[in-house]
Amino acid sequence: MKHLLSINDLSKEAAIELLNLAVEMQQVNTRDIKKLPALTGRTVANLFFEDSTRTRISFELAARRLSADVINFSAKGSSVSKGESLKDTVQTLEAMGVEALIVRHNHSGAVNTIANSDWSKAVVINAGDGTHEHPTQALLDSLTIRQRVSGLDNKGDLSGLSVLVVGDILHSRVARSNLFLLRKLGATLAVCAPSTLIPSTIANYCDEVYFDFDEALSNRFDVVMMLRIQSERMNSAFMPNSSEYSFGWGLGDSRFSKLTKNTLVMHPGPMNRGLEISSKAADSNQSAILDQVTNGVAVRMAVLYKLLAQEKKND
Amino acid sequence: MVARTVLDAQDIDRAIVRISHEIVESNHGTENLLLLGIPTRGVYLAERIAYSIQKNYPEFKQETSVGRLDVTMFRDDLASNPTKAVTATNIPTNDLSEITVVLVDDVLFSGRTVRAALDALVSYGRPKAVRLAVLVDRGHRELPIRADFVGKNLPTSTHERISVRLSESDGEQGVVIEQ
Repeated sequence: MKHLLSINDLSKEAAIELLNLAVEMQQVNTRDIKKLPALTGRTVANLFFEDSTRTRISFELAARRLSADVINFSAKGSSVSKGESLKDTVQTLEAMGVEALIVRHNHSGAVNTIANSDWSKAVVINAGDGTHEHPTQALLDSLTIRQRVSGLDNKGDLSGLSVLVVGDILHSRVARSNLFLLRKLGATLAVCAPSTLIPSTIANYCDEVYFDFDEALSNRFDVVMMLRIQSERMNSAFMPNSSEYSFGWGLGDSRFSKLTKNTLVMHPGPMNRGLEISSKAADSNQSAILDQVTNGVAVRMAVLYKLLAQEKKND
Repeated sequence: MVARTVLDAQDIDRAIVRISHEIVESNHGTENLLLLGIPTRGVYLAERIAYSIQKNYPEFKQETSVGRLDVTMFRDDLASNPTKAVTATNIPTNDLSEITVVLVDDVLFSGRTVRAALDALVSYGRPKAVRLAVLVDRGHRELPIRADFVGKNLPTSTHERISVRLSESDGEQGVVIEQ
């Protein structure tokens, strides 16, 4: 594996190995001295063509904790606004000796284009491309589930687990990567959304589809994963207005109080509080939302270590 | 390939007992003593030394006085060598400042693993002192490092291979030179 572009780049064994490596990285993050020398002298660039808080900061922190040098590039305020192309941007970084490109782009497939081009020899990591995939988010979600749901083997897969993913399945790269990875790890998957926000091929990726949230919640799930409503990728054809969405598919106080007490509530962030999730649900001790953020750093350390330190011989 | 056994099972057991006495002697007792094994076989050796110390000095508690230190991410050959998997580190104390740490490994050769272990250790804290115990010292150091407690000094040539087998990891026990 040279790049990490999609969850499908990983076998089940490789995914579990990354999660186990992340557990060791997590241990570093709890020490007084949160630093390993593994990537000393290596340079990685955060190449963000779309806004981000969590993912960018967490990749930056992960690279720094492994002693790599980090360059932060965001399209705003760069020569991209003067019309510089993706190719020229990548080649500019290549010419300065960047060895890993962590790329977020608003177009699906832009990351694959970079990885499959001859523009650069760098390792490419997908930090979210359009409505395609966000593999490190799926990995950190699985790590969080493995930690928080009792009865799971803390060095193994997620077999026996049931997960309900609720919200904008159609536009969500987080949902797509999560469905791929959770299924690979043996979990049972259900999705729930208004019919306009469910892709027509959904039957290939999950076991059950619900259009009614309350009907879905008449079953017990180990994990309920809420997704952000991606208003930047939508128009009014997808849903009439936000209060109707919230009424039908939001995890409000009353739906939250009906969940069994050991059902884990997750959200990849950023949250629209009051729209897809209520503050009571997000801030409860059943919520794993901040654990997800914490685990993001460890998972990204594991991915960087794996691609930059362990795989160098294979390129 | 010619293989020659240089230490048999009893030799290894005797060396471990002797090293355990030497460690307690140099530490003037068992207080503030922590054994850290370097994976893979150093971990088993550290556990055996701890067991042997506890047998003679019941006040020495194995549960809180033996751990493991993974050095993979501190190696200086990470960039050029396909690396081994990272394994767990377990240091059963939060404060090393009063502790004498004894690093335990199976073979001391170039000294680079020990160098990595020293770096790994200081990222956890500042031990009072660090000692080194090895089952076999085969020479050919590339760094100014020496062992404090040695099971057997084994002069070798660089093209020979030393293979340490322990019942925990290999099902049999012995130190073999292969050439």
